[in-house]
Amino acid sequence: MTTSVLLVGVGGQGTILASDVLAKVAAGTGLDVKLSEVHGMSQRGGSVETSVRFGDEVASPMADAGAVDVLIAFELLEAARWAHHVAPGGRVFASVRRIPPLSVLIGSDPYPEGLEIELEERGATLIDADELACEAGSPKSANIVLLGAASQALSFDEGIWRKVISTRVPPHTVKANIRAFELGREAGAPRGEC
Amino acid sequence: MVSERVERVLLSGNEAVARGAWEAGVAVGVGYPGTPSTEVLECLATLGDARSEWAPNEKVALEVAVGVSLGGRRVLVTMKHVGLNVAADPLFTLAYTGVRGGLVILVADDPGMHSSQNEQDTRMLARAAKVPVLEPSDSQEALLMTKAAFEMSERFDLPFVVRSSTRISHSKGLVETGARDEAPPVGGYATDARKYVMMPGNARVRRVDLESRLEVLADESQRLDVDRVEMRDTVVGVITSGVAYWQVREALPDASVLKLGLTNPLSEDTIREFAKSVDRVAVVEELDPYLETSLRAMGVEVEITSVPRTGELTARAVAEGLGRDVAALREPIAGLPGRPPVMCPGCPHRGVFYALKRMRAIVTGDIGCYTLAALPPLSSMDTCVCMGASIGMAHGLELVVGEDDRPVVAVIGDSTYAHSGLTGLVNAVYNRGDSTIVVLDNRTTAMTGHQDNPVTGRTLMGEETTELDLAAVGVALGAASVRVIDPHDLASAEEVLREEVARSGVSLVVAKAPCALLLKDEHSPVGVDDEACTACGVCIRLGCPAISKAQDGKAFIDVALCVGCGQCEQVCTFDAIVPAGPACDIGGGV
Repeated sequence: MTTSVLLVGVGGQGTILASDVLAKVAAGTGLDVKLSEVHGMSQRGGSVETSVRFGDEVASPMADAGAVDVLIAFELLEAARWAHHVAPGGRVFASVRRIPPLSVLIGSDPYPEGLEIELEERGATLIDADELACEAGSPKSANIVLLGAASQALSFDEGIWRKVISTRVPPHTVKANIRAFELGREAGAPRGEC
Repeated sequence: MVSERVERVLLSGNEAVARGAWEAGVAVGVGYPGTPSTEVLECLATLGDARSEWAPNEKVALEVAVGVSLGGRRVLVTMKHVGLNVAADPLFTLAYTGVRGGLVILVADDPGMHSSQNEQDTRMLARAAKVPVLEPSDSQEALLMTKAAFEMSERFDLPFVVRSSTRISHSKGLVETGARDEAPPVGGYATDARKYVMMPGNARVRRVDLESRLEVLADESQRLDVDRVEMRDTVVGVITSGVAYWQVREALPDASVLKLGLTNPLSEDTIREFAKSVDRVAVVEELDPYLETSLRAMGVEVEITSVPRTGELTARAVAEGLGRDVAALREPIAGLPGRPPVMCPGCPHRGVFYALKRMRAIVTGDIGCYTLAALPPLSSMDTCVCMGASIGMAHGLELVVGEDDRPVVAVIGDSTYAHSGLTGLVNAVYNRGDSTIVVLDNRTTAMTGHQDNPVTGRTLMGEETTELDLAAVGVALGAASVRVIDPHDLASAEEVLREEVARSGVSLVVAKAPCALLLKDEHSPVGVDDEACTACGVCIRLGCPAISKAQDGKAFIDVALCVGCGQCEQVCTFDAIVPAGPACDIGGGV
């Protein structure tokens, strides 16, 4: 049984670091893991996506359309763009952050309205990752907040998450990132339980 | 019984290739940056024991490698698929001469064109060059096959291509690593003109010898342990290679598979035996029908090949292609604006393209971040074909467009200019051209992730070196006028460009300012004075992602993104752009 996680966002948002943390958490529990990312032109503020797949033996490195178990979206429009890739019964954790693409900035397109409602109707858990990151003490820890939220849908111990995050983020930000993970984990909990 | 648990590390395909070369005792790595191949040499440079170098282009890189090989040491060459076109000239003859020290060329294809101008299939070019090809399917195989390729290269006296692709180079998997094997030099340099001087008399002999070396390799291929037969259900047997193997395993876990590791030359016996052992043969491969046509030429009956010929393969496409049912996708959310990549806030290229747009110039472009100037709102690049094409194309256009009211301007980055722009300038001067050539010198090879190049004055090993002086070279090559401008100074940049397009003879304009990403800690952002802003929209037309149009049509500047380059202050005629306070700490920005 292979679990497919797709992380989507905008180039520069820290999706690659988050994917790396997730892959190392999975590997740390003894699972096989494959991660697939796209660099190059996509880095320059374009849509980016990274797959992380883990299980006893992972075949393809890519999370296929329609087979994504957990979608972690770092930006609202990107969450909407990828939502239909999620498998029936899959989970979506989406930041409410909006980063307008250039066509919106220059006034050619509106930033779509009502995405929050549409995503919630599809069962997404919306997270104010930036607010929680600031609360944790580092605005750049929004990616770890989202991992914390998504950790609710992934069956790894909190201990291994803490261990990997501590070794993967800059030393002076460990405390803030651990707090960011905890706040995210609370925010991602099923409603009524926290 | 207690089995020893082997420690495995998470490596990208590119890191694994570097590691494999390092373990094989490679002495030198040399290449030109190109997505998705770039990180191989960057990684090799950190492993120690070997020297890594960026060459100005792939042809030079391969020639350097031939020198290392003739000197008796192992050498790794790296490039992306289109780089192999540039290196094709030495490659085709290198197969004739053969090697001394093992010579392995890592070529990374980019199916789906994530960061490329085409999606050519390296196997086709390597076969035309009569060069063997090994195709790993993941990081572990990338390490093992690269390592083995050096030994094979020496044993069969041939250069070897290791073909990767985006989903191998930029995927990570768990890898078992080994120790470095200090391969003894195969002997120091020794003169052997009949083998290495390819004048016709010698080349004719080596031409025949090449066929016999390839034949020996094909005969030995079954003993090389690079092809793998996996017998399962025999209703369908799939023949595949590279990352497509994993898509087959994902889509058809029960099917028998022949996974080819050596795809040039093919092991015909292995293929025929496998084809006989299954009811129907399917071929699944990414990009060109390379295996399919080879198998058909061998007389193997290929029954199923209905997978896409373009773009990346997915397990879903393989399942569909082989007639399996796949669940329908959910309805996508409609009406979403796209998000192509954009020039960064503070990008120095923006100033040049803003001027060229105002000049209504026909802009022949080139390969780099600045190709993004073709997108709105700048919409200020007319062509992009290959490395260095901008300069030759500008000359060609001028030969026939004549005295049109629209000037022709070639625009090329610093690394691309050193790669293959210089000969274009020589051509324009020699043929009495009138070209205006702008070199966007942002002090780095930005698109591929900030590599050094001959213009930056620093090597891949971090040493200081002689800078290629673009202005001095322009004068030396005979440009009638050479100017250096600051592209952030919009008025003066435009003035110089207008003067140079009006001048007869070849003009070289060096637009020199470092990439904004190299300066990202030096923020002094600006904001909009709402009282003064008239919603005229001029600053919006710069296409800076830090500037947006608010509901009331006035400009809004995201201080978290602004790097204070000052370009928008210069285009605003209402003094509405003013120094901003400290950046809001929400978000962190793009």
